Amino acid sequence: MASSGRTVGGAASLLRARSKLLARLGSERNWADFLFRRVTWLCALLVVTTLGSIALTMAIASLPAFRELGAGFVFGTVWDPARRIFGALPFVYGTVVSSLLALLLSVPVSLGIAIYLSELAPDWLRNVLGFLVELLAAVPSVVYGLWGIFVLSPWLRDSIQPLLSDWFGFLPAFSGPAHGFGMLAGGVVLAIMITPTIASVGREVLRAVPLSLREAALALGATRWESVRIAVLPLARSGLIGATLLGLGRALGETMAITLVIGNRAEISASLFAPGYTMASVLANEFSEATGELHLAALAEIGLLLFVVTVLLNLLARVLVFRVAAGSARGRP
Amino acid sequence: MRLERYAWRRLVDRAVRAGCVLSMGLALLPLCSVLYYVFSRGVGGLDLAFFSELPKPVGEPGGGMAPAITGTLKLVGLSCLFAIPPGVLAGVYLSERGETRFGRVARFAADVLSGVPSITVGLFVYAVVVTTMKHFSAFAGGIALAVLMLPTIARSTEELLKLVPEALREAALGLGVPHWRATIRVVLRTAAPGIAVGVMLAVARAAGETAPLLFTAFNNRFAAESLFEPTASLPVSIYTYALSPYEDWHRQAWSAALVLLLVVLLLNVSARLLVRHRVGGR
Repeated sequence: MASSGRTVGGAASLLRARSKLLARLGSERNWADFLFRRVTWLCALLVVTTLGSIALTMAIASLPAFRELGAGFVFGTVWDPARRIFGALPFVYGTVVSSLLALLLSVPVSLGIAIYLSELAPDWLRNVLGFLVELLAAVPSVVYGLWGIFVLSPWLRDSIQPLLSDWFGFLPAFSGPAHGFGMLAGGVVLAIMITPTIASVGREVLRAVPLSLREAALALGATRWESVRIAVLPLARSGLIGATLLGLGRALGETMAITLVIGNRAEISASLFAPGYTMASVLANEFSEATGELHLAALAEIGLLLFVVTVLLNLLARVLVFRVAAGSARGRP
Repeated sequence: MRLERYAWRRLVDRAVRAGCVLSMGLALLPLCSVLYYVFSRGVGGLDLAFFSELPKPVGEPGGGMAPAITGTLKLVGLSCLFAIPPGVLAGVYLSERGETRFGRVARFAADVLSGVPSITVGLFVYAVVVTTMKHFSAFAGGIALAVLMLPTIARSTEELLKLVPEALREAALGLGVPHWRATIRVVLRTAAPGIAVGVMLAVARAAGETAPLLFTAFNNRFAAESLFEPTASLPVSIYTYALSPYEDWHRQAWSAALVLLLVVLLLNVSARLLVRHRVGGR
């Protein structure tokens, strides 16, 4: 008796709440609109909470490593999970060096492509070549890795590395035995993978520069290249830097291709021929078979570090690219 | 003197043009090389066994990649299920209320999320889904891929909805159609081909992702019976086979890469054609 009374009371209060809600919202139609708006809002909220929970989860998972290893974690040079020694410097070094090498190789080529596609190529060729560059970005990372193992590395070992050590062997960067696998192969694969990113963002940035500026330069008698150099590049500079940073962000976080070719040895070596290890690769290799809580936490901290660095890079890049695009939208540089 | 100077300037112009063409060629070289090797080494292994048989025990030649193929289909299907509805609706929110404070935050979050390394997404889904369910599963893998697809779909939907003329919506509202029906039946339908292109590109990217699957879907030598078991996928199989010392597995890795590449290329090319004929033509 008491329970059914409570149910009736509950139903009545539900009904009252419903009629209150309806009164507030007016008619049924508004109610549907309200619901639709709420659902789309929830979906947008989902994006925000996903990002937030990634950050939070990684921070919580890496807490034990923060507590036990402290700041020395990032500067320790020895990584030996069996003896519970966790120093992440070899991974940080490998990530930074391979990514910088990739930028060094990729930026000149990407800028050339961006300039060619936005300024020089004939119209009919522009779309086709633009599409091919996009395809370069569409090839899955693991396929690049497979190609890197069986095609790129042997080629580097047999033709490029002997040449480099003949000419520049006196430099520590090009000394030591050439295996094919190693930092150089990693940098080359990364360069191939980030070129489409830098080139297509760079192309958009160059396109955002108003046409009238080029015409003015050409009217003054500049050659095509001079018009680009005088009128386009100075305005596009910050956007091009942004494009480069987007490429760098992609290089830092890239996992599969580089894991397959870099050699995966946690050592710091001055030679680009020597095997290395990156932050993303050690996650891929050790996370699913991590031994013990501290090992897991140390790996999570590497993940957190990678997350924070790539997020910051992306933010900076977007600000730079957006400035150029917004300037042109307002009709001024 | 003047002429000489002009000749020099023209020479520089030519040299820069040649440099640009050269860098174009340099970028296409690896693309051609990858396509050539994947086709020439992969095509021989594409027989019936590859598509229908289970992998043989370690080191034994023969066998196929049936579990990996069905696994990739399952993972992509699940990730579409998880990512497309919220992605499109979040895009609707961004295009309609994107200039509110929360709208800006959400757009910003989507941009940041699309730059997060895919391996980090794998760690996240491992910590949240796999540790609570206590085992690897296609379900977890689908969530990981969905997290990667979500921001891409939301942003591309937003951009496409902004292209729909305001007059169309106003006409619908003027006829007395409720706001939500006007959005779904008029605005979303007008933009549908473009949204489909965005979704296809997101799917193409997700289908080739390996890193987020390593600790979520994991791998399985047998066909997974349910969505809550470890599940093989083409990218993870390519990865493990490429690292194995067996000649026959390398051959199968190339074949799997060919299948994966064909799917990805097909999605990209058809998206491109759709853009040209349906959206660009208007």
